[in-house]
Amino acid sequence: MFITLNRIIKFGLINFWRNGWLSTATVLIMSVTLSVWTSLFLLNVVLTSVLNTLSEKVDISVYFSVDAKESDILSLKEKLTNLGEVSNVTYVSVDEALEIFKKRHADDEILLKSVEELGDNPLEASLNVLAKDASKYESVSNFLNQFSAQGGSASGGQNIISKVNYAENKTVIERFNNIIGVLRQSGFAASLVLALITFLVAFNTVRLAIYSSREEITIMKLVGASNRFVRGPFIVEGVLHGLVASAFAFMIIIPGVAFIGPKLFNFLPDINLVNYLGDNFWSLLLFQTFGGVTLGIFSSWFAIRKYLKV
Amino acid sequence: MIKFENVSKIYNSHSAALKNVSFEVGHHEFVSVVGKSGAGKTTLLKLLLAEEKPTSGKIFFNRQNIVNVRQNELPYLRRQIGAIFQDFKLLPNKTAYENIAFAMQVVGKSDKEIKNDVSKVLDIVGLKDKTRNFPRELSGGEKQRVAIARALVHRPIVIIADEPTGNLDPINTWDIIRLLVKINELGTTVILATHDKEIINALEKRVVILEGGTVTRDENPGRYILS
Repeated sequence: MFITLNRIIKFGLINFWRNGWLSTATVLIMSVTLSVWTSLFLLNVVLTSVLNTLSEKVDISVYFSVDAKESDILSLKEKLTNLGEVSNVTYVSVDEALEIFKKRHADDEILLKSVEELGDNPLEASLNVLAKDASKYESVSNFLNQFSAQGGSASGGQNIISKVNYAENKTVIERFNNIIGVLRQSGFAASLVLALITFLVAFNTVRLAIYSSREEITIMKLVGASNRFVRGPFIVEGVLHGLVASAFAFMIIIPGVAFIGPKLFNFLPDINLVNYLGDNFWSLLLFQTFGGVTLGIFSSWFAIRKYLKV
Repeated sequence: MIKFENVSKIYNSHSAALKNVSFEVGHHEFVSVVGKSGAGKTTLLKLLLAEEKPTSGKIFFNRQNIVNVRQNELPYLRRQIGAIFQDFKLLPNKTAYENIAFAMQVVGKSDKEIKNDVSKVLDIVGLKDKTRNFPRELSGGEKQRVAIARALVHRPIVIIADEPTGNLDPINTWDIIRLLVKINELGTTVILATHDKEIINALEKRVVILEGGTVTRDENPGRYILS
């Protein structure tokens, strides 16, 4: 058993070396496949991150009448936070609203003076509601409508909500929601199709390599070799192809990310691909190597099957 | 030891490679299977190696009907047979030594045994100085001697040779035939398929003549006589 295993590994290593050009070609094709796979994965990370950032920029604001009590607003905040669709609710009090207003219009003295002249704070308190995803705003808005219809306040009976900006932004939110949905789905589908195409290219390369060895396989079988003894070295070669290809693919990915990462960072400050690669280096390398080895073993295993029937 | 019983092999409705072939080969025999190209010689040997299955009939090897042998039992059958082919069928990525050693490696022999036996066989076929050469670096005669060494090294009970001299010049041809006779004298059964009249007539051994897929003559000693 041990002697056979030892020989299978040795034959695999020797064949990998002696089939120089064929091994090089197979490794190169597999490197391209693995680079594409890892790039697609990184692209999906970028896409998801971009879409999440964009989604976070969409929220709805609930404005309250000037005489609304803070306790009622906070009680509504509590109710909203407890909704399954809502991920975060921020309370902006009347004073905070004024602060924000002043900051935003710091350059506009006339506007600031006119606010000061008013004496009273004319701004309304508000709740900024961030849903878990953009499609949930409809139901949050329905909840608020229902709240208004039921009197709008636990203590008063008078409607404290003066305005919900969902209705005016509804079309934009829905359109945005659709675009995000389409982007997510098409990104995933395109990745899947590309991954499949590159897989087929690599698989067919291994098939061609084994096709060129079909005569050898027949000879081995006629000399009395068992299927395991014939197949084993090809599997070992497959593992080697995967390992070397994974190393090569990383040599393509690292400079690629080093080149594109900073450019992307300038464009989208929320996404630092270089840091992402640095933080996930070992897991990415491990998964890519696992992918390469699995691809090598799978392709060799299936490609050799029909030639073993001698 | 080997028995063909009403064996037929039909590839398609227009051509039958073998029709009701029956004959037996005993231990230590040297049998030449003779016939023109297309007479069915190669098919006969392929059936014996279980490379193909007959359309009908039975083939016994040591009382076992090899027609029913399962795929996973085939290696054990083939390890009892040494095969030599016209096109040598050497493994191109292995040296002469490794090609010969391969036949012992598949059986799981130790490296020490392999080294010892391969060395002896290389001596018998006269190729001691070519052990590290790849097949592409050997002449036709040398390749065939490597193939004979490989067929011999695991001590099979029968050697089947399919036109082993078909690609060789007359000097190498006789070297190979003498080797086969020597192997037979050492106790191994030899089945030689050829269409070389000169060899058959000089051998003066048993001759089975195949014509159009049927056995027309089976004589011991026989001569090359075709109708």
